[in-house]
Amino acid sequence: MNRCIRFAAAFCVLLLAALLVNAARVQLVDAHAYGSDPANRRIPIARYQQPRGDILAGGHRVTGSRDAGGQFRYRRTYADGPLYAPVTGFASQTYGSTLLEGTEDPLLAGTDPRLDSVPLWNEITRRQQRGGDVYTTIDPAAQRAAFAGLAGRKGAVAAVDPTTGRILALVSSPSYDPAELAGTGPAAIGAWSRLTADKDQPMLDRAIRQTYPPGSTFKVVTAAAALESGLVKDVRARTASPDPYRLPGTRVSLTNEGPGCVDASVYDAFRVSCNTVFAKLGADTGARAMAGQAERFGFNDTRLRLPTGVAKSNFDTAMGPDQVALSSIGQFDTTATPLQMAMVAAAVGNGGRLMRPYLVDKVTNHSGLTVGSTQPQVLHQAVSGRTADQLQQLMEAVVTSGTGTNAAIPGAVVGGKTGTAQHGLANVGTPYAWFISYAKPRGSAVATVAVAVVVEDAEAVRADISGGGNAAPVARAVMRAVLGQSTFGKLKP
Amino acid sequence: MSAPSATAPTAPPPPAPRPPARRGVELCLIVGAVAVALYGYAEVGLADGGRLPPDAAGYGGGLAALALLAHLAVRARARYADPLLLPIAVLLNGIGLVLIHRLDLAPSLGPEAADSQLVWSAVGVGLFITVVLALRDHRVLSRYTYVSGTAALALMVAPIFFPAVNGAKIWIRCAGFSIQPGEFAKVLLAVFFAGYLSANRAALAYTGRQIIRIRRLDRLGWVRRLQLPTARVLGPVLVIWLMSVGVLVLERDLGTSLLFFGLFVVMLYVATGRTGWIAVGLLLAAAGAFAAGSLEPHVHSRVQDWLHPFATIDAGLGPSQLAQSLFAFAGGGLLGAGLGQGHSYLIGFAAKSDFVLATAGEELGLVGLCALFLLYGLLVARGFRAALALRDPFGRLLTVGLASLLALQVFVIAGGVMDLIPLTGMAMPFLAQGGSSVVTNWIIVALLIRASDRARRPEPEPVPGVLEVAA
Repeated sequence: MNRCIRFAAAFCVLLLAALLVNAARVQLVDAHAYGSDPANRRIPIARYQQPRGDILAGGHRVTGSRDAGGQFRYRRTYADGPLYAPVTGFASQTYGSTLLEGTEDPLLAGTDPRLDSVPLWNEITRRQQRGGDVYTTIDPAAQRAAFAGLAGRKGAVAAVDPTTGRILALVSSPSYDPAELAGTGPAAIGAWSRLTADKDQPMLDRAIRQTYPPGSTFKVVTAAAALESGLVKDVRARTASPDPYRLPGTRVSLTNEGPGCVDASVYDAFRVSCNTVFAKLGADTGARAMAGQAERFGFNDTRLRLPTGVAKSNFDTAMGPDQVALSSIGQFDTTATPLQMAMVAAAVGNGGRLMRPYLVDKVTNHSGLTVGSTQPQVLHQAVSGRTADQLQQLMEAVVTSGTGTNAAIPGAVVGGKTGTAQHGLANVGTPYAWFISYAKPRGSAVATVAVAVVVEDAEAVRADISGGGNAAPVARAVMRAVLGQSTFGKLKP
Repeated sequence: MSAPSATAPTAPPPPAPRPPARRGVELCLIVGAVAVALYGYAEVGLADGGRLPPDAAGYGGGLAALALLAHLAVRARARYADPLLLPIAVLLNGIGLVLIHRLDLAPSLGPEAADSQLVWSAVGVGLFITVVLALRDHRVLSRYTYVSGTAALALMVAPIFFPAVNGAKIWIRCAGFSIQPGEFAKVLLAVFFAGYLSANRAALAYTGRQIIRIRRLDRLGWVRRLQLPTARVLGPVLVIWLMSVGVLVLERDLGTSLLFFGLFVVMLYVATGRTGWIAVGLLLAAAGAFAAGSLEPHVHSRVQDWLHPFATIDAGLGPSQLAQSLFAFAGGGLLGAGLGQGHSYLIGFAAKSDFVLATAGEELGLVGLCALFLLYGLLVARGFRAALALRDPFGRLLTVGLASLLALQVFVIAGGVMDLIPLTGMAMPFLAQGGSSVVTNWIIVALLIRASDRARRPEPEPVPGVLEVAA
């Protein structure tokens, strides 16, 4: 019997050994695969176990974290959610994160290795690093002015600092409050289905993710191409431009909204926004030179990151002369984001040098130590300094005696361009009102702010004036907000 | 053992040195076990609220008082008992209380259970003391062989008349209490098997017919071991097997039937020394398991879960309990997340009972889990050691049976929650929430104490002139 008892004991040892081997398999060998399974809630639980780092604008925190208890403890809160939504995006426990909340997520969540004071230390100790902070380039005053200027109308504003590329304002309207999506449960799900079903698309970031036909504002690019290619040497010289202008190779005639465009000089044609003059100018410049100029202003660039991705602004590279003519006045397949058109104005205001736009000034760890920062970079030399000077004359004339007088600011030099973009099948849609501009304090060589404004449901008549009527006051408010700070209140409000 | 000199009748024999009883060692180990449990309890409190739990003293005092009473009972009536058995039981029970208390902190897991578990532990220790004090000799139990068998059968059949809970009909609910009679039936069955087998050893071992009749093959030992007993002796085996499958089908309790069957095969093998029984047992078990696995939907789904623990995730239904359990084990890694800092509550309603081991795995890590397994291994090993040292066949069989019960149960439930074998709803001895289970395991430990006391007790001094009567 003893032999059998020993065998039975040996059998139990065998069972124990099987358990130990299996435990080692589950807890060591396969542990990583189990641990990284998307269905394993330990990952999000650990992620929301601590407050997230914050996003700041002008030194103020525009996000926050609230201990809501429960499994996913810390929930995102937003100060002025709708105002900053096109910058921050949302960080939702249910729907993930977008825009800066998304691109800077590793830093905000504390998983970015840049936060480690000693490399690999936290990987070894498995301690969770506190999330860092993201300092944006946004100027709260400009952001607020833009948002208030749109006043709930469908549209967008982008403002940049032409000398550095810092983005000063990104506004999209109508907006939404990202806080509604922050948590879990029926409230977040309800908000999500309501926001995604809304036909006004409040979650669409129109400033960088939506492209519009730029309309007459594109004439800045056309003028630049004509000047750079040498087609136009003197902007005051009369051009040979018929009114109406028959598009080359077609029976389609292009007309103007107002009179005085026959053989008008580039200067006058720009001031009163003659379609015929610029269509012919574009066609004469040619597709290749036009496309090259557009790309030097940032069109057709799919790799631009703020770090959030930007929709590609389009200028076709293979077109017939009639299509080039239409494209040159911002129609046909030409589309641009508001940010793109702000970049055009910025390049002109900055002596032809286009700076790479960026949204993140610096990132710090939890205790405020800078762990990364963005340095201004030249994206392209869009035009020569001489051409930029000529373009500035054209744009400043628009504000002093053209279609954009609504953008004038006493004590500052403002250059601008209005636009009304027709769209829809057979151009029956309500046109988009555009205004792009830059402003510099009197006596300054370079502009301190460049703005692009789009108002989608412009209630004005289908006239070029609508850009000046609807969009220019918004741009002026933004420029005034930026200038007001740089000149320490010398401007009267 | 002492061997008094028979050649020197004039000089009184020198008193044989009494073998050490080791009760002091036991007391020290018990103090250590209570300290470990108390430390764990404090750690849970610190992890959860950042402060020592206010009732820590109460818990520690309760556990210490129970352990001390049990120790005094052993000191009084079983002073030669194995000194490891009681401390291991106290430690496992204490860790179990800590784990259940820790899971009580997750409100999603239902009502708090640590208090009732402490009450049931007290009941278990009470029965432990009763058994140690009242049962002077384990051989008395052999008188109740058939009573035990009948009672076990009755207990196993009883839940059929009560409604199923979570898919298994293994509960009796009465007046707010729910007990799992299958737990008690385990001990009774072990007694029955030990009594039946020790009484019928000869018939089982030496009668019967050979499967292979060719005489020449007799020289090969293993062929002779395939000799089967006659149907009359084989009958009870088949009855037991059919009963276990019957219990399985009627009560949807894969675990208990597997346990009973494994217990019977092991005890039969130890009683008869026939390897053939193992083969027959495995064949029958395989046939039964296959039939149940393919025909019974509840068992079939368990087998499917075992083979594909992540199938529900792929199907978009979220992780199953088994997948959550594996996530918990993996989350622990080598050193564990620390008591109170894991997320094993994600497993759901069975986290305190069937899956309590996952909490241990996540919060104590592979190291803690191995320590737990080794504690169980030590408990089982001390049981087998007592069995080897015992003289009477009934006692040896009973002790082997009880030790195997523990070993099989630990293997079946631990293997189940770690995806080694199909999952069965059973309780981890001492760790899992469940009154019936705790009480039963304390009784098992009491019987092991009683048996080991007999095994280690020195032979009584032969009184000169009195003929020793064989026990």
